[in-house]
Amino acid sequence: MTHINIHIKSKRYPAIGQAQPHLAIENLQLSVQPSEFICLVGPSGCGKTTLFNIIAGLDQDFEGDISLATGQQRHPKIGYVFQNPRLLPWRTVRENIELALSGPQSNDSIASLIAAMQLTDMQHVYPERLSLGMSRRVAIIRAFAVNPDLLLMDEPFVSIDAPTARQVRTLLLQLWQQRPHSVLFVTHDLREAIALADRLVFLSPPPMSVITEISVPITRQDRNDDAALEAFRQQLLHDYPKIRTLV
Amino acid sequence: MSNCKLSSSVLNALSLLIFLCLWQLLAVWVNSVTLPPPIAVAKVFWQAILSGELPYHLGVTLLRLTISFIIAMLLGCAIGILLGRNKALDGLFDQWLIIFLNVPALVSMILCYVWFGLTESAAILAVVINKIPNVVVTVREGTRALNQDLSEMARCYRFSKRKTLQHVIWPQLHPYIMAATRSGLALIWKIILVVELLGRSNGMGYQLNLFFQLFDVASILAYTFAFITVVQLIEWLVLKPLDKKQQRWRR
Repeated sequence: MTHINIHIKSKRYPAIGQAQPHLAIENLQLSVQPSEFICLVGPSGCGKTTLFNIIAGLDQDFEGDISLATGQQRHPKIGYVFQNPRLLPWRTVRENIELALSGPQSNDSIASLIAAMQLTDMQHVYPERLSLGMSRRVAIIRAFAVNPDLLLMDEPFVSIDAPTARQVRTLLLQLWQQRPHSVLFVTHDLREAIALADRLVFLSPPPMSVITEISVPITRQDRNDDAALEAFRQQLLHDYPKIRTLV
Repeated sequence: MSNCKLSSSVLNALSLLIFLCLWQLLAVWVNSVTLPPPIAVAKVFWQAILSGELPYHLGVTLLRLTISFIIAMLLGCAIGILLGRNKALDGLFDQWLIIFLNVPALVSMILCYVWFGLTESAAILAVVINKIPNVVVTVREGTRALNQDLSEMARCYRFSKRKTLQHVIWPQLHPYIMAATRSGLALIWKIILVVELLGRSNGMGYQLNLFFQLFDVASILAYTFAFITVVQLIEWLVLKPLDKKQQRWRR
């Protein structure tokens, strides 16, 4: 069970060449409950990727504090689906997935993930032969396969066709319900966010901070009902006019 | 595919034949001991092999080449990676690198022999000093070009140091190291002969100097032939297969 507290006082990018110094995040506070599914919604370029890099520990040049507590004596495992797939071109699809695993993992569980993503035929090819959509799916499998305590997904379904995206979304929810873990999911699509999240967090343009947080009261069973989702979306846009500019 | 292969080997044989014919014609036309015909060179080559002289001197040179190549590659790669990753160190030693790159090979050889005597280790040191800056420059370039996205991925998924080196860093450095290997072998071949000529009493360089003094052009050409053959063998048997294995993922 991972409990995450994020408090970033400020994150600045120094001036490089002609570019001015840039204040990317200012006074952002967010706490994530164990096994909570949060969707982050904000305009593009607002600093969501920067936030993810800070949470994943890749960027430590910021003022503030991130605590990831697993309740056990170990580092929380993080599965990160980057905005670009970041596969090793010189390793096959299967090897790319297996390399991310720290310990031995049953072949079956990886094989079933690969099958669920419809990549069984492609598992022994090198990533250069994959389409961008396929590469993205491999990156998603890699993040799932590590059995993360925290899953970071940075617009994972861009350039995946709609039916496949729907399947992957269903698979994501299945896996999340089988083995509860916290998920932070960036999207521009409010419908997608409502379909997935326990809580929506709306983020401002830079310097980024939290504008508002809204819990999604729709039960998991009712999430398949498109009409209920759409009604909630309309209600949201009506109740919170300022989020209209964000989505 | 097999047709293509066949025609390319036919072409290779044909080009070699044309070369030999031209040589023969020129030798007949010049008619001088300074340009022996191919058949005379072949005879000398065969005798030198039978007498054991050529294999011995070639072996000695190859041993020196192998030792100095391994030392230069290991040190050069280590320094190159270090400088590529560390801007402060790079700034500190960049000037040194340019100086060492431009010190004439002959100067470093003479200095090594003067300072350390006409010994085997001085000879190898002279070769290594000439080779290292080349490796460093190439590998440093490769290290600077490492893909940050992949390094971040490796850190995020907690790759061990060994795993990162083997699966993330090494495949990216491989083309640069192969370039350093090829240019390095070519460079070492050239330098090592001069080193032997100046201060050793065996090896190809020593022998060539001897033949020069005797004006024995047939022997010089025979030794050169042995030499070219070895370089080609290294290319075909070691470098090409290595390349093929490492590059198999490319489209």
